[in-house]
Amino acid sequence: MIGQHLPALVVVVPLVAAPLIVLARRGAAGWAIATAASLASFAMAVALLLQVRAAGVISYAIGSWPPPWGIEYRVDAVNAFVLVLVTALAAVVAPYARRSIAAEVPADQQYLCYAMLCLVLAGLAGIAITGDAFNLFVFLEISSLATYVLIALGRDRRALLASYQYLIMGTIGATFYVIGVGLLYLMTGTLNLADLAARIGEVQGSRPVLAALAFITVGLCLKIALFPLHYWLPNAYAYAPSAFTAFLAGTATKVSIYALLRFYFSVFGEAATFGALPMREIFLVLSIAAMFLASLAAVFQDNLKHMLAYSSVGQIGYITLGISLDNQAGLTGSVVHLFNHGITKAALFLLAGALVFRLHSVRFADLAGVGRSMPLTAAGIVVGGLSLVGVPGMAGFVTKWYLVRGALDAGSWAIAFTPVVSSLIALWYVWRFVETAYFRAPSAAAAAAKEAPAILLVPALGLAFACIYFGFDTSFTVGAADAAARTLLGGAR
Amino acid sequence: MSPASAILAALAIPTAGAVLIVACGRAPNLREAVTLASAGLLLATVAALVGPVLAGARPAVVLFDLLPGIPLAFEVEPLGMLFALVASGLWIVNSLYSIGYMRGNDEPHQTRFYACFALALAATMGVAFSANLLTLFGFYELLTLVTYPLVTHHGDDAARRGGRVYLGYLMVTSIVFLLPAIIATWALTGTTDFRPGGILAGAPLSNAALGGLLALYMFGIGKAALMPVHRWLPAAMVAPTPVSALLHAVAVVKAGVFVAVKVVVYVFGAEMLAGVRAVDWLPTVAGFTIVAASVVALRADNLKRRLAYSTVSQLSYVVLAAALLVPLSIVGAILHIATHAVGKITLFFAAGAIYTAAHKTEVSQLDGIGRRMPWTMAAFTVGALSLIGIPPAAGFFSKWYMVQGTAAAGNWVALAVIGVSTLLNAAYFLPIVYAAFFRPERVAPAHDHGEAPLASVAALVITAAATLVLPFFGSIPLALARAAAGP
Repeated sequence: MIGQHLPALVVVVPLVAAPLIVLARRGAAGWAIATAASLASFAMAVALLLQVRAAGVISYAIGSWPPPWGIEYRVDAVNAFVLVLVTALAAVVAPYARRSIAAEVPADQQYLCYAMLCLVLAGLAGIAITGDAFNLFVFLEISSLATYVLIALGRDRRALLASYQYLIMGTIGATFYVIGVGLLYLMTGTLNLADLAARIGEVQGSRPVLAALAFITVGLCLKIALFPLHYWLPNAYAYAPSAFTAFLAGTATKVSIYALLRFYFSVFGEAATFGALPMREIFLVLSIAAMFLASLAAVFQDNLKHMLAYSSVGQIGYITLGISLDNQAGLTGSVVHLFNHGITKAALFLLAGALVFRLHSVRFADLAGVGRSMPLTAAGIVVGGLSLVGVPGMAGFVTKWYLVRGALDAGSWAIAFTPVVSSLIALWYVWRFVETAYFRAPSAAAAAAKEAPAILLVPALGLAFACIYFGFDTSFTVGAADAAARTLLGGAR
Repeated sequence: MSPASAILAALAIPTAGAVLIVACGRAPNLREAVTLASAGLLLATVAALVGPVLAGARPAVVLFDLLPGIPLAFEVEPLGMLFALVASGLWIVNSLYSIGYMRGNDEPHQTRFYACFALALAATMGVAFSANLLTLFGFYELLTLVTYPLVTHHGDDAARRGGRVYLGYLMVTSIVFLLPAIIATWALTGTTDFRPGGILAGAPLSNAALGGLLALYMFGIGKAALMPVHRWLPAAMVAPTPVSALLHAVAVVKAGVFVAVKVVVYVFGAEMLAGVRAVDWLPTVAGFTIVAASVVALRADNLKRRLAYSTVSQLSYVVLAAALLVPLSIVGAILHIATHAVGKITLFFAAGAIYTAAHKTEVSQLDGIGRRMPWTMAAFTVGALSLIGIPPAAGFFSKWYMVQGTAAAGNWVALAVIGVSTLLNAAYFLPIVYAAFFRPERVAPAHDHGEAPLASVAALVITAAATLVLPFFGSIPLALARAAAGP
């Protein structure tokens, strides 16, 4: 009975949890509800993934209104995987959040953090699961609005500016998206994604459909923070409360990329997307620019969180590079990097949060010598960093392997070298941390600090360990990504 | 113990050793006992594999898939067997030496030192026994990472700079060249397994592409220190001398040339490369490296730097001999991995003993030191003779096969390179020996000193003796080399 309603519950549970937390108005109760909701969502997402693997695509009609009239939730190999990523990170971040948020947010606002966290989770899960273009917009706005609030709750006053920047950019992005969806509705008379895909053939190549493609691309790319639309991201990541940054960095951009993949390969169709407009070339150039320019920018940051944020912009370039390659290996690399980068960056930001907890700063000057006073935290950051670089035996390596293969399959040695050369830049910025933490004389703050408490370390190091685990056991990640790439390239939906 | 479990034990023993070393960090004597015990167990385990391998068996273990269709897998073939034997055998002696050196110099962070050392040996065993390119690449990178804390052991600015060059060169080459080469091999052949005769035979590759792929491999294997990717090796000399001795004369650099030979023999296949003009650049580059590095060594006054450049030169002997692509030269290449190892480790041991006892690092300071440190300098002399290639020292025999190989391949330039280089070797080693024994001390040392601590002296005497007796027990290395080079 419940199993049948899982597609709705995975969104509804965190959505209902948010107002409950506001009613409770207490930090501790809020934390308990948020943790329970995210654990429940994770369990449901895993159950959905298993169901999809066993029985194929699940279609769920909200309110029993059959699609395409009603809203359809539709789970297949692609979004089941994304859903597991989002809810898993929520389930890891929620237990961590209590001490971290208690240290960074005034007591009377803490419950708001948890309420917003639940709303973001509901929004992101909704984007991943919905089969309706307008419903997707609604969830995009739910998650975005909650994100603006959460960023603004950061204790640094610059958080307000960062939130405002993201508010402007995010709103433009959402508006562009909804304009695109409007154009599609105008031409096809439907909002259901599967129905859109079926009907778009008749109007394929017409000006409004091309305009829709362009609007949706730009709108979603703003959310993805694809270079050069990444302007909002570094400050948002740096000034939001640490626990939330970890969740955001691991999930928000990834879910938007999923939405883009869905539109490109399922709705417009591969041939139309890459045939009618020079999307392949545009994504290739922007991806490479991201992989090099944003990564280089990461090298020159004086603050660990800023460095990680620019690194994220660079790593997003890896994912979009796979999209531009438009073949099985390349797309597998893209989809697997959604997961691999998600857990890697979440681990790194959680560990950065542990540094904030003890040192009240993540400026490199204050991190000097922290390898001695906080050995576990520093070692975890090194592990996560090596995964960013893509050292074999780490999650990040798997991505590089498939992207290079994808480039070779596309017949280009020049493109094959871009991910590997870009990973050297990652080595460069990761090694800045290594040299700061292990070679420099301890700063006053680092000398006085002791290791972070277990409640922060266990989730963070657990994710760092996952970076290693998924470097060795790739059957889950590559298996899911391979199936997802097959689904996307098959144009099924 | 079955051969298959011996492979896993060879990986597990040093790893478990590292864990125990950390656990015993507060009891130095116990900690060093753990190191010595691990080294002894490792050698016994590796030695147990020699019999089956010589009998023609190829013990193998397949663990689990790293990527779909590419498992984490090990297989012992003769080349890897010899490399593992050399590395594990010298680890025992080197551990003995380390104890004398690290205590004699009051080095900090000794627990970290011994633990990383054990991990480096585990990575080396992984490299030696890998059954496919992906497994090999993983252990190759691991070896770089676990030796980084050893190179930067002193933690000062010089160590940090040296570490940057070390990590920079090794990671840049392996990530930018080696990894794409491996992925291209996989894309072309659908496999990354090592196979006698090579896996690329029959792949749709033009000759130019073949030459390009070989270049990606050879410059991607930065640990083989082919010029111009050799600069990491002199930079690594900021490490404590036991690290230079075992890792940067044996384990790490030999892992480099080992992989190079393995790629030539088991990925390309000597037959496939023979007669392809697009791969002729490799002997040329290797020959240039041999001569150029020798010239640099000749001009270096710092003893460890001179030894480092000598290593760069000697590594290219192996690459040159493998690139000649005839069985005799390949036998020479493989033997040279072993003979250079025992000779060069002796030289480094001596350099470290001089530093420990006399605090001297420059060649120009060594006048008359042979009278104060007769054992050390005698061992140094033996090592130098071996590297020059004078019988009965071990180095002569590998050179002998290489020279025969150049004749078999009809490559007279290569023969000339070996000849010139031998003269250069003599020119940069013999003056040290002469000065040590026959020149009077120019300045009296700041403190009256004799030999280094007993453990260190014992170690270098053992390796010097091994250099002299190895030829008389050379049947095992030779049989392994012959089996690897093929008929």
